[in-house]
Amino acid sequence: MTIWEKMYLPAIAKGMGITFSHMFKKKPTINYPEVTRPFSAVFRGVHILNRDEEGRERCTACGLCAVACPAEAITMEAAERQKGEEGLYREEKYAAKYEINMLRCIFCGLCEEACPKDAIYLSQTFAPANYARKGFIYGKDDLLIPNPKTEPEAYAKAKGTIGKEIK
Amino acid sequence: MYLLQFDWWFLLEKFILIAVIVTTALVVAMYSTYAERKIAAVLQDRRGPNRAGPFGILQPMADGLKLFFKEEIIPMASSKSLFILGPMLAMITALMTSAVIPWGGTIHIFGRDVSLQIADINIGVLYVFGVVSLGVYSIMIGGWASNNKFSLLAAIRGASQMISYELAMGMSLIAVLMIVGSLRLSAIVDHQIANGWNILYQPLGFLIFFICALAECNRTPFDLAEAENELNFGYHQEYSSMKLGFFLFAEYINMFISSVVMATLFFGGYDIPFVNEAAWGNHWWVGLISFSVLMLKACLFIFLFMWIRWTLPRFRYDQLMNLGWKGLIPMALVNMIITAVVLLALNK
Ligand code: SF4
Ligand code: SF4
Repeated sequence: MTIWEKMYLPAIAKGMGITFSHMFKKKPTINYPEVTRPFSAVFRGVHILNRDEEGRERCTACGLCAVACPAEAITMEAAERQKGEEGLYREEKYAAKYEINMLRCIFCGLCEEACPKDAIYLSQTFAPANYARKGFIYGKDDLLIPNPKTEPEAYAKAKGTIGKEIK
Repeated sequence: MYLLQFDWWFLLEKFILIAVIVTTALVVAMYSTYAERKIAAVLQDRRGPNRAGPFGILQPMADGLKLFFKEEIIPMASSKSLFILGPMLAMITALMTSAVIPWGGTIHIFGRDVSLQIADINIGVLYVFGVVSLGVYSIMIGGWASNNKFSLLAAIRGASQMISYELAMGMSLIAVLMIVGSLRLSAIVDHQIANGWNILYQPLGFLIFFICALAECNRTPFDLAEAENELNFGYHQEYSSMKLGFFLFAEYINMFISSVVMATLFFGGYDIPFVNEAAWGNHWWVGLISFSVLMLKACLFIFLFMWIRWTLPRFRYDQLMNLGWKGLIPMALVNMIITAVVLLALNK
């Protein structure tokens, strides 16, 4: 090292100059709760069970999603549609119980791909934290998207940006 | 002498002055914690506290409140009275230095000439050094009373650092004292107002003093006390809640006071460059302006302290000791000799 380098002070001044210049740089951070960053188009978040335009549940409890699921996170029970329930379910068979264990799910999206009825989608939201393991077993009331007929606003919100692809 | 005359107004005046100065020191220290986080943030392209109040300016209150409500833990094996004495001593010694600093000239208010200095004593500089070195006791007591060998080691480390840097600090100052010819702080300021700031004559002395002040305040790159990851935290390892708060707070007060001391010793104190304040007379607003000027200078130093903290990495302990004993002390000695020779040549 030369004497100049051994004095360290020039190097220190240089370093201080670098940090000082950062004061005037644009901050890459985002002011989170006020400003949220849009997810990428391929983001896979918490699942939603979709309805059709008239608000009927699309799922027919065929079980293809459960078969496709590599984590075996999906369980369901099928039931037959009764008279007078035509406005509730789209087909004669429907899922009386539909559960996804979010602790097992790896958010791979295979269920979404397997579904022949466009009934399950991975939305653009996170699964919120919970205090107990059983809180992570999402039932139908957690998954089912709000009815577009009766609650259009909540429906639009739940659909989010991914809704553009949902028919 | 004053007390024998029993000048009640004089006492009142001093009490008010003490209250104002201590409050100022506390508020500045409080907001230094906020400034520290904000400056750290802007230097590192972040945002810093911005939740409590507009721009997060209530953050220091929130921090204080949090420290008050945290659980108070006194280790069973510790010696309790000493354990409590440690942080108290840290605060007291940090605040005591402010007594001899001239915070402004003499002002004329309510028909009285009031000097904006709590005590204008002949040995001002010596007093500052004496009180500052008492700070070592708070560290040693804190580390010892915790009854934890890591705390004790850290305390020894901190104390030896402070003592060795105090030496260089004192030596760097001797050159200034040779130029001014007085240990009285107000005389040092007056001399600078008349002859130009000491930084012009003593740049090397200031550099040494500044580095030592960094070390005295346990600021980066000399903040071994805060090395949680590498060194198991410092002498305040066993402290919790407000007692830890006191230690940390004292550090910020120290930083403020040493900034003021540096401004007083090297940057003309409350003097505004190229302005003849004496011509303004001694109205109360002149006092206010000179006080603000000193504050501004101090704040610039505080900013410099923080800027350094968020730029430089921490020293290793042997490097720190090497710099102190083999670097700064010889340099201060050389500076002293050169000053003496120059003064002799100028026949002062
Ligand atoms: S996202 Fe993948 S792991 Fe999760 S339920 Fe669907 S198929 Fe199973
Ligand atoms: S979600 Fe789709 S794949 Fe799964 S059971 Fe319902 S219809 Fe079948």
